[in-house]
Amino acid sequence: MGIDIKFPIGLMFTILGFLLAIFGLITGGDEALYSRSLGININLWSGCGMLAFGLIMLYLAWRNRKTKTS
Amino acid sequence: MIDSGFVLSWIDYTVMVVYFAFVLGIGWALKRYMKDANAFLEAGRSMPAWVAGLAFISTNLGALEVMGMTGSGAKYGMLTTHFYWVGAIPAMVFLALFMMPFYYGSKARSVPEYLKLRYDEKTRGLNAILFAIMTILASGISMYALAILMEKVLGWNFHLSLVLSAAIVLAYTYLGGLSSAIYNEVLQFFIIIIGLLPIVILSLKDMGGWQGLQDQLAPIVTSKGFESDTWTTTWKYTGEAKSNPMGVEWYGIFAGLGFVLSFGYWCTNFLIVQRAMAANSTTAARNTPLIGALPKMFIPFLIIVPGIAALVLMNTPGKGFALPLNEAGQPIWDYTIIMLLKQYLPAGVLGLGITALLASFMSGMAGNVSAFNTVWTYDIYQSYIRPVTSDKTSDEKHYLKVGRLATIFGVVVSIAAAYLASLFGNIMDFLQTIFSMINAPLFAVIFLGMFWKRTTGHAAFTGLLAGFTIALIHHGITFPEGADTLVKGGWICKFHTYPVEMAQNFWTAIFAFTTSAIVTVGLTFATKQKKSNEELKGLVYSLTPRHVETNVPWYQRSTTLAILVLAIGTILTIWFW
Repeated sequence: MGIDIKFPIGLMFTILGFLLAIFGLITGGDEALYSRSLGININLWSGCGMLAFGLIMLYLAWRNRKTKTS
Repeated sequence: MIDSGFVLSWIDYTVMVVYFAFVLGIGWALKRYMKDANAFLEAGRSMPAWVAGLAFISTNLGALEVMGMTGSGAKYGMLTTHFYWVGAIPAMVFLALFMMPFYYGSKARSVPEYLKLRYDEKTRGLNAILFAIMTILASGISMYALAILMEKVLGWNFHLSLVLSAAIVLAYTYLGGLSSAIYNEVLQFFIIIIGLLPIVILSLKDMGGWQGLQDQLAPIVTSKGFESDTWTTTWKYTGEAKSNPMGVEWYGIFAGLGFVLSFGYWCTNFLIVQRAMAANSTTAARNTPLIGALPKMFIPFLIIVPGIAALVLMNTPGKGFALPLNEAGQPIWDYTIIMLLKQYLPAGVLGLGITALLASFMSGMAGNVSAFNTVWTYDIYQSYIRPVTSDKTSDEKHYLKVGRLATIFGVVVSIAAAYLASLFGNIMDFLQTIFSMINAPLFAVIFLGMFWKRTTGHAAFTGLLAGFTIALIHHGITFPEGADTLVKGGWICKFHTYPVEMAQNFWTAIFAFTTSAIVTVGLTFATKQKKSNEELKGLVYSLTPRHVETNVPWYQRSTTLAILVLAIGTILTIWFW
């Protein structure tokens, strides 16, 4: 069936990762917010992780497409 | 609403909205491929193994599983892993290596249809109807569980979250059929893992790692009257039922969970098997359960370990962690996961965690709906209401329409079932318990059919009924200690008492399976096989040519994967013995 699921997965995690990483950067100094997560800026970390995962998926989808067309 | 102190902010809602947009977008993108019933109900048998494999495990990772297993982590500790390492892996490997070649190779479009090909119409009919009812009921119950959770903890409107979540699932399964359900399950798989990962890391860090967790558990567990490491070991205290919180001995776990319940669930449940049937080749179909088994083995670390940490939190006053209580004053264990989200996650990842819960609900429900519409269309509508005609093209169009209508019907009935569950929760629990018993006899019948060519249709049908009846009777004459309602058993008489409900469930399944197997074997000798060897080719082990994987590289072969899965499973079992 004609879609490569790696593409939407990659795109979604890139968007969400970007969103959370930026939110993490903005709220980085907010100690009250991060008291729950033991003082760790979990938004920044999760965001970066998701961004990396999303970009890898996008790369795989792009590579897959290239091998198919050539 | 209980005062849970939950406040979601704009960032949490944004995360949810992005997820919803993608889920619906995938359905929308697949809409144009849905030209016939085959594409809609069977995904055109076009899925690569890794997609089918992740969808396979994602369907199983429904909301009730995530909520229930985290709760069990707090209640029983690492003993809960028996539902994974012994209670899933062997059955998944068996399904992959020995059963998938027949399910897939027979060209049956569903498990009931396999029964029709192997046995006869009545065996198929019985299974199809029970399966259809059970599936819709299960989807209604999980929908209810989710909506009540969202109402109690987040203060969302019960009706709104019920109808909205159902509408989203309906929208994407209606648009893209099984393909849409499967692709979304893959997406949901990743969001569940990534969304719940922060609580694993944070709870373990809070506890001082695995060692710190063990140290803090020791006094809590000892005060319950168990050895100090009972919550962090798996088989060590299963020598006697009373020395572990589950109240079962090792042989009960082994036979009840490891054999009857797990083989009954993984090897016969169409909801699961359907994902493998959508794979694009026999090798891919065999690899589907094995690829699913790889993440399955590690899911305990994602949901059980934080559950164990929750037990420590509950018993450490300074942490301010408490589970909501029910009317009887008992903690509602199913709420462990969401209370953990609240405990550790700040705005942002909190939205991601809630999204993970919603995703687990959707993957389970879409699985139910897509299995229901297939069984309804092929096994009920096509066989009893409107059989195929000579015009194949218009047939395909007609059944596509029926499949789509069945999708709407399935979701509407699920919503009705969810409301019934909110009115008569006990009766729904009872029905679910009863229906869970039909898998054990079904496994006996399918197993005998696949591996013994003599097994006859009459014998199989009677075996199914007998197994089911014994399950009912056993449930009716036994009850778990301290049960206060007849829903838990003992509604005929109180002949035997089990220490815990789980032991009762195990033994119900064992009795049902044994009876079904004995009756089927016995009657097979008394009845005549009507099917010729030619008809049974592709359906029975001894009459089917072996599937050889010649042009597949060694690392993609099912046997290689199976050995890998079993090896990892064995290592984990020994590690946490």
